[in-house]
Amino acid sequence: MQITSPSFKQNARIALKDASLQKALGNLKAGFPVKRAQAVARLPEFDALRDEARDLKNHILENLDIYLEQFESKVQQQGGHVHWCRSSDDACKTILDICRQVDAKTVTKGKSMVSEEINLNDYLEKNGVTPVETDLGEYILQLRGDHPSHIIAPAIHLNLEDVSEAFHQHHHRPKSDDPAVLMREAREMLRKQFVAADVGITGANFLVAETGSTLIVTNEGNGDLTQTLPKTHIVITSIEKVVPTLEDMTLFLRLLARSATGQEFTVYNTLSSGPRRDGDQDGPENFHVVLVDNGRSDMMGGELQDMLRCIRCSACMNHCPVYGAVGGHSYGWVYPGPMGSVLTPQMIGIDKAALLPNASTFCGKCESVCPVHIPLPKLMRHWREKEFEQHLSPRAVRVGIGGWAFFAKRPTLYRWLSRGSNLALRLLGGKKGRIHRLPLGGGWTDGRDMPAPSGKTFMQQWQAQQREQQHPRQEKKS
Amino acid sequence: MPNAERSPQVALFVTCLVDMFRPEIGFASINLLQQAGCTVAVPERQTCCGQPAFNSGDRSSTRDIARQTIEAFDGYEYVVGPSGSCIGMLHHYPELFETSDPWHARALDLKARAFEITSFLVDVLKFSAVQSEFNGQISYHDSCAGLRELGIKQQPRTLLGAVTGLQLNEMDESETCCGFGGTFCVKYPEISNRMVENKTANTAATGAGTLVGGDLGCLLNMAGKLKRQGHDIQTRHVVEILAGTAGLAAIAEPASGRHAKPDSSEAARPAAGTAAKLCAGEPDSARFDLAKQL
Repeated sequence: MQITSPSFKQNARIALKDASLQKALGNLKAGFPVKRAQAVARLPEFDALRDEARDLKNHILENLDIYLEQFESKVQQQGGHVHWCRSSDDACKTILDICRQVDAKTVTKGKSMVSEEINLNDYLEKNGVTPVETDLGEYILQLRGDHPSHIIAPAIHLNLEDVSEAFHQHHHRPKSDDPAVLMREAREMLRKQFVAADVGITGANFLVAETGSTLIVTNEGNGDLTQTLPKTHIVITSIEKVVPTLEDMTLFLRLLARSATGQEFTVYNTLSSGPRRDGDQDGPENFHVVLVDNGRSDMMGGELQDMLRCIRCSACMNHCPVYGAVGGHSYGWVYPGPMGSVLTPQMIGIDKAALLPNASTFCGKCESVCPVHIPLPKLMRHWREKEFEQHLSPRAVRVGIGGWAFFAKRPTLYRWLSRGSNLALRLLGGKKGRIHRLPLGGGWTDGRDMPAPSGKTFMQQWQAQQREQQHPRQEKKS
Repeated sequence: MPNAERSPQVALFVTCLVDMFRPEIGFASINLLQQAGCTVAVPERQTCCGQPAFNSGDRSSTRDIARQTIEAFDGYEYVVGPSGSCIGMLHHYPELFETSDPWHARALDLKARAFEITSFLVDVLKFSAVQSEFNGQISYHDSCAGLRELGIKQQPRTLLGAVTGLQLNEMDESETCCGFGGTFCVKYPEISNRMVENKTANTAATGAGTLVGGDLGCLLNMAGKLKRQGHDIQTRHVVEILAGTAGLAAIAEPASGRHAKPDSSEAARPAAGTAAKLCAGEPDSARFDLAKQL
């Protein structure tokens, strides 16, 4: 997908004026956060589980090589293949090679953000393989030539009318605005694809080292059909998804659905452990796991390592007031919201993505709902530091902060600066006590008034008061 | 001073916004701290906590400012400020220095002594018996840094609960960011604007005549929006209500003349005057620790 992160501000401006998008975002705000809160309230040990999950993830990351190799050898023992891919290109080529080996014409796909990250669909299409998205949201987006705006609810930016229109155009059926009818229609279309597909590609929510299994969670069951019916199943996933044991996996599952949709548990939780064995009634003949790095191992050992704890629940974006205002597409790449503002600079470069970690008030809501306690504001600040160090910050910011810091480091000069600014603002405020239009301050005054100082600075008044007490004037002595 | 030994020695961290925009908040803070039996000083070498540099990625300036702030508040038993955001910033200081750096230990020491004012009064001094009257309905905005970095939620409500005549109407999404975010509000004005619109809509829906909060940055943002939208809602810092100085003009309102809200006008007893005069009662002023001003 085309990267538009450098024009985040423009994207956001357009998004704020898009009435249909704003309506859809309103639905999000009233949905996931409320349901999450209810689910959390029903589970008294939720916070204890979060601590446990953070600690376990930290342990896994410290021993990532060991668990990944254990996973690999288990998969191989079961007759599957593991492919290590350093970059998006490596991963796309690997998948295309597998498709070519089985002479695949069409592949069905379960929802996978890693496949978005490596831009798999475009690559396959260019090389003569037709990908068919089977997750309802992704299917709608594919029909529209659109991209996900959310990591678990990819079509959250659309309203019912949009879906109805897309189906009407592509399915050539009478237009309907009944969700049940639309759902049936999608199912009918997709059934044929499930059966016809040569390869099924899914993502993975977790990889289990002890059993060599991959797990997907879905609410539609499309993932199961995608991975069970075709002769070849390819799992496209990333290295940080591994967990040591099935038991460990259940810890994360208890947190994942609650944090994401507010469900106690996702509807389908499906493990795949290698290809079909003798005596199995169904399942793929070939089983491949494509493990993508794509910058992740560079995050190890530094401040960003904490980000690798992410289990892709989407709670951070569901609760983010900035995401809630501008939607996921504004962020201009695959991962939106706070988690995206940390991951995107790593994956596409801070020079292209610097506006994202800056697009936060650091309100801390994201960190407060993260099931694995990722310090998202701190990590966004990390990127701001990189931006500043590499002189990528806009000149106005550098000059502004530099000039202000010069005074802030010199208390006496700072007092004079405050007095001068205070006086100037009071003069501008006049009798109204507020400023309607501040020269060079349009960022503030385009949308709101600037309150004027109510009097001289505190320090001026305080010092005057102190002098008064030390040397009271004559008339006050009596 | 008869009970100087038992009186907590507090250095007021004025914060740069209070210094510049609303000195009333500084004086009201002193008044409250004195009500609670503290001796209050205002160290002269303080400027800003350094948060604008910190959040703009300028670590080097942040460190310089942190060292200066640590020195400015050296030796005081407590450092108290009327802002969760700025006190929260002081709590970030230790992470600016390597643990082997002597400044790290000094930063930790400052962190242990630094409190936001409502939290200091309620959690440290166990003081909630404020002597104040406010006849009107208010709504409270929980500013993000105070709420999530320092756990400030009940403390202001406990104190407001002691104010005679005050009624608190909680708003929807009181814990959602107002869109200020320091430099965010000028770097992303359209997004900030949308966020503050949500906040003013939620405020207006409560029917309260006064919007109250604990951080001046947020209050300037919300007051500016309320005024631009033509709302007849006053905006005040919580210490103004607690110290009984709500008779002064509210944020973004003319210094003299109308005290707009019908339902809070009864609270507006004192005539307009400087905050300093109002807050510096004669008996209290004797307790200011002058020695430490130098």
